[in-house]
Amino acid sequence: MLALQTTCAALLLGSVSAQNAPYISGGGGLITSTKGGNTTYIPIIAPEFVAMLGDYVMVESRATILESYFPRGGGKPGYTQDAFLGLSYLQADVVVNRHVTIVAGEFLTPFGTYNERLSPIWISNFEEAPLTFGAGTMGTASSVGGMARGSAYSNDDVSVDYVAYFSATSMNEQFSAERSSGGRLSAYFPKARVEAGASFARLLQDTHENFLGGHFWWEPADSHFRLRSEFAHAPHAHGYWIEGDYRLAHFGGERSLIGRLEPVFRMQQVFRSKRDTEDGMPSADTNRVDFALDYHLPHEVRINTSYARELSSNANRNIWQTGIVYRFLFPLWRGK
Amino acid sequence: MIRMQKFIGGLMVVVMMIPALTQMEAKTRTKKAELAQSTSTGTDQSEHDQEVFQRHCSRCHNAPEGFPPQISGTIIRHMRVRASLSAADERAILRFMNP
Repeated sequence: MLALQTTCAALLLGSVSAQNAPYISGGGGLITSTKGGNTTYIPIIAPEFVAMLGDYVMVESRATILESYFPRGGGKPGYTQDAFLGLSYLQADVVVNRHVTIVAGEFLTPFGTYNERLSPIWISNFEEAPLTFGAGTMGTASSVGGMARGSAYSNDDVSVDYVAYFSATSMNEQFSAERSSGGRLSAYFPKARVEAGASFARLLQDTHENFLGGHFWWEPADSHFRLRSEFAHAPHAHGYWIEGDYRLAHFGGERSLIGRLEPVFRMQQVFRSKRDTEDGMPSADTNRVDFALDYHLPHEVRINTSYARELSSNANRNIWQTGIVYRFLFPLWRGK
Repeated sequence: MIRMQKFIGGLMVVVMMIPALTQMEAKTRTKKAELAQSTSTGTDQSEHDQEVFQRHCSRCHNAPEGFPPQISGTIIRHMRVRASLSAADERAILRFMNP
């Protein structure tokens, strides 16, 4: 049995020698957000723990610990504060074969691309999630249950991957989730550096609702330009976001003074047909443009600055945000 | 409101020009790559692995400046699940991270 496992591991990893020590990764920083003249200060840390248990099982988790300092409001001077500690996910991954990985536990709801790929603070270009983020992620952005995912087909021209999940209702404070199911199918064309995909989710409690989503990413080869976009459709609202960023690395390379700069632009629109407080989208038609100037300092430190103008039938407002984020990554103990 | 719309329109035009700029950059880089290729020998495998690494990893995030080698296997397994990498791409990236 041991010999069989060793043989399978060797086949899985080829002749490459890898070491599988557990590690802590994540980001920590300070974010400020000024909306309508009120500034909130948020020190935050989001550690991620990953450990392999043998060759086929992995356990991983991410927590978010933050404290918000915001104006008291109501004409009162000074600030008050609110602390938050929560798990974004705590999951076990079992690699069944080269096409299927089974995930169990609490996991990020796989709708669209933002939740799974861009939400970590050390990755996202903007401090705030897109307006359509709530659609399809069922409010909590996490699910409790099981998921099957993997690469369905892959060659030099195209990679097709899939996700299918089911979530139960969970009222636990750290593992809150709605009863829902859904999935995503994506195709990536490596020569064109284009990815397109579609997502589906169905809320299976209270008012049963369907959510549809689509995404399109383009990242030209040998370029520092990236285009990402998503579309989301809820029963009573739909919207999209499109984001382009371009790191100025052709001015002397990524580590030059100017090459560390990354201008970012994001356009968002949400159209509402009927009031719905459950779909996670803005309560009225909303147009928003975001401009950011991010600066990548040495030693995994990044400074984010952004300005957004939001036009809504509820209210028009300016949103200024800044952040400094440090990304860390270290092993928990020395490997072999 | 009209001024805001004009402002947004102008910005969209600027954003649309970015791909043209990147194509110019890509042409320059392609020439450099061709020059480098003409002087290199026997590095097809490592170039392929680097290509796979850049293709998959830089889609979502910048590569870390460095990491201890004893966690490379764990990182790759995490990314295989998160990014639904194929087994072949997982091997290629692992080779790239452990040359």
